Amino acid sequence: MTWRFGLFDSTFAPLVSTHWALLVALVFPLLMGGLAALFPPKRAWPVVLASVPLLASGGVLLIAFQEAGLLGWQWEIAGLILSLRLNGLSVLLLLTTQCIVVAAALYTPGHFRLTEPGPLARWLWPLMGVALSALSLIWLATDLLTLYIALELMGLAAVGMLMLSGKAPALLAGMRYLLLALVGSLTYLLGVALILGQWGRLDLQGLAEVIEPGPVAWFAAALIGAGLALKAALFPLHAWLTPVHENAWTPVSALHAGLVIKASMFMLLQLWSILLPDTFYAPRIIAWLGLLAIVWGGLLAWRTDSLKTLVASSTVAQLGYLMVAFPLLLGPDIAPLPRALAWEGFWLQLVGHAFAKAAMFMAAGNLILATGEHTLKGLAGTSRRLPLSLLVFGIASITLMGLPPSSGFTAKWMLLEAMIITQQWWAVAALLTGTLLTAAYVFRMFRYSFDETAPRHRYQPLAPGMDLIAMLLALTAFALGLLAHFPLELMHGGSP
Amino acid sequence: MNAAWLPLTALATSLLVAVTIFALPEEARRLRTTINIGAAVVKIILVTLMVRRVAAGHEDIFSFQVIGGLDFVLRIDALGVMFAGLSSLLWLCTTIYAIGYLEGSANRKRFFGFFSLCVASTIGIALADNLFTFLIFYEMLTLSTYPLVVHRGTEQALNAGRVYLRYTLSAGVVLLLGAVLLNNLTGDQSFSSEEGLGDYLNDHRGLLTLIFILLVSGLAVKAAMVPLHGWLPRAMVAPAPVSALLHAVAVVKAGAFGILRVVYDLYGIELSVELGVITGLAVAASITIIYGSLRAIAQQELKPLLAFSTVSQVSYVILGIGIFGPFGTVGALAHLLHQGLMKVTLFFCAGNYAEELGIHRIDEMDGAGKRMPLTSIAFTIGALGMIGLPPVAGFITKWYLGVGAIQAEMYWVVAVLVASSTLNAMYFLPILHRLWFRPGPSHGKGSWPHEQRLGRLETHGWLLWPMVFTALISLGAGLFAGLPYSPLDWAARVASGEYLP
Repeated sequence: MTWRFGLFDSTFAPLVSTHWALLVALVFPLLMGGLAALFPPKRAWPVVLASVPLLASGGVLLIAFQEAGLLGWQWEIAGLILSLRLNGLSVLLLLTTQCIVVAAALYTPGHFRLTEPGPLARWLWPLMGVALSALSLIWLATDLLTLYIALELMGLAAVGMLMLSGKAPALLAGMRYLLLALVGSLTYLLGVALILGQWGRLDLQGLAEVIEPGPVAWFAAALIGAGLALKAALFPLHAWLTPVHENAWTPVSALHAGLVIKASMFMLLQLWSILLPDTFYAPRIIAWLGLLAIVWGGLLAWRTDSLKTLVASSTVAQLGYLMVAFPLLLGPDIAPLPRALAWEGFWLQLVGHAFAKAAMFMAAGNLILATGEHTLKGLAGTSRRLPLSLLVFGIASITLMGLPPSSGFTAKWMLLEAMIITQQWWAVAALLTGTLLTAAYVFRMFRYSFDETAPRHRYQPLAPGMDLIAMLLALTAFALGLLAHFPLELMHGGSP
Repeated sequence: MNAAWLPLTALATSLLVAVTIFALPEEARRLRTTINIGAAVVKIILVTLMVRRVAAGHEDIFSFQVIGGLDFVLRIDALGVMFAGLSSLLWLCTTIYAIGYLEGSANRKRFFGFFSLCVASTIGIALADNLFTFLIFYEMLTLSTYPLVVHRGTEQALNAGRVYLRYTLSAGVVLLLGAVLLNNLTGDQSFSSEEGLGDYLNDHRGLLTLIFILLVSGLAVKAAMVPLHGWLPRAMVAPAPVSALLHAVAVVKAGAFGILRVVYDLYGIELSVELGVITGLAVAASITIIYGSLRAIAQQELKPLLAFSTVSQVSYVILGIGIFGPFGTVGALAHLLHQGLMKVTLFFCAGNYAEELGIHRIDEMDGAGKRMPLTSIAFTIGALGMIGLPPVAGFITKWYLGVGAIQAEMYWVVAVLVASSTLNAMYFLPILHRLWFRPGPSHGKGSWPHEQRLGRLETHGWLLWPMVFTALISLGAGLFAGLPYSPLDWAARVASGEYLP
């Protein structure tokens, strides 16, 4: 299992150009964030300029990986060895991250122009930069300490961004999130300390070789798992998620739901595959919780009256899909075929959901901004006045419902197939129930929007491009369904 | 020579139209109309090309890999062309009709955009070569129909939309489960493979039956088979063109077509008989036919009556499958086209009565034949065809089904056919009587509910001519059934491919 995460020695030394690309990918966002704090961009074009080198760095790394396979870098800094690796999965997640962050950044100037966000707004940019750098580092890091630092940075940046809107409920929710995130980090750190004390090392590749199943590994896995589950808003530790999104700015919500919680999910799977490669019960517990998450998240989204709560609760349910796949990835005696299917389905689902959820938050933000209403009822009649925002919402929700031909569908097909091969019928039931529940809450929202008998409101016109950016994200999630071959091909290669 | 562009272009014409229409502003009425009609004509030309290529024995395939072991495949075959031809011919008629019908109403951009998307889905369904591809377009049809059902945005329309989704999305989930199970058992199974699934019979009898039940019950919802038909009469709240094309033709036929694919191309007719599921299908279809007709008799309004008549008539296709033998198959396939032509005519007529005279209820139709002669003649042709009187197309179907049933020694099917024809007559003949023989407002007795003078002729030309055209074709399909390329001829061609090696 660990080879899938690229934790083995690479054959080729990386080229010089990849060093530069790596540097740009990790440091450039910080520089640009700082610059934007000094001179906040009023229009989208400075953001476009800034995103060119960033996306280019991602492109260079992609090409380098396709040519050479697994890339590994190593430096010695003050007696500590820092090593990074880039395998197919890291490339995929890195590109996803860069695309979504760039989209969110492009969306921001228009959003600020229309909302008059106050003096704190300029600090969004550096925090966004930190979050991007930290996320990129998480996909690349190979030791527990770097992972911890990146996780902490990302978490703090996320808290900062969510609290920036400055409203009292936002501050309250943000403080709660901060406390929980700190508790999560602390729990994680305890697990790391346990590992360090027992085996005396922190690099993942080395740990994968020395760790033996036993109480220490289990206890460490439990601590790390609990900490990360809290940060990833896995059921039943999800209650902080909705209030936080309720009051956050749209681009921040898009980033947070699309990427930040996914990073914790990624780390959880990676670390458990090292600590608990053959445990029977732990992945099953996650999967059962996932089943509950699908149902509970779906019901929350179904019953709510607030549009943002709907979108945020749907994240809880969608994470359930990923959790349900755990027993197919971790555990003893899983045949290679279902494991490979589940592995690809898992990441396709994660990436598809990242794009779709970011798009959905932006569409929801646009609808709220244009109507001035936060409730579903306030959307009555919008199908005539705001067709584009609704269309984006619709395309994104096709991915979330997992209807063809979206990436959600292809991922679900693969997961279903893996579950049927391994005869996990309850997981099949969970996935299919999830589809219907998602459809229930999505179409409840559409029902209001198609209502023609509602009174007419005045609508605030949106900045050009705000719908377009969201549309691009939604279409990416949609197109990844039929074009799934390309992202999945990245993950095929790279076995040692 | 493989013309991979052909299935792709056929699909792309309607898809691109949908995208273009969404991109155009609401006010660009003239441009939208031009694009719509232009694309519909191009589509008919493409389908004609397909017909010729299939007749010449070519097989055009477009495919690419989605994930390992799962491909997206479009293939032109005789059965698919049949459905594609039906939907593209009626797309043109219904588009013209809809332009006239929706004149001056709101949200036309949305309407025509999703309308094109629906037609694109039916083309995809027709050309799909494996269950995965079929499923993609089948679900696309579900989603793109929803905005059309709720088009009016009234409480009633929104409720109908909710019921529609409850039925179809649940069916989609069942179908998905069946498809994944089958894919798991047999790998990617092309509709064009000759073997069928006979190899798996010995080891997986139970599983095969289960998958068959899952697939067919998923499809039966769209085909509106009892007891899964509840969405169809409610969806009649949609505007008349939607009822005409989608609920008489595209959506319900997509379900019936899917069942044809599963029985003939996926399982193979021998295996289906061996599993014993065929008889089950025939019984379910018979129940639907009788039940639909009985409910139709009880209706007070015209559109729900036509809806229940659809419930009943679509199941003739399923019944034809259930009659094991070439005649039954020919009847089933021909009815796929015949019923579509006749029912679309009837819905056009219903729409015209409602638009021109404000007639919704059957008891308001007295003497309408004098006021709207062409519409009433078209209605009469459609109604007589539904009853199965010669020379209208419906007669051909019933004849073939009857002969097939006698050959297969399924005499109870003959009884069902006779009973259903009687019932059809019981709900259509009184309407014809009212139209032609009862004095009404045009004889100076009472007044029409809401009369508008929409055109120089009896109604608006855009509403009139498509209806006249489909009525003539329904008549022609029956009169000239012996000519090459008639629906019957083509159905016989498909059936002989199925039964003769």
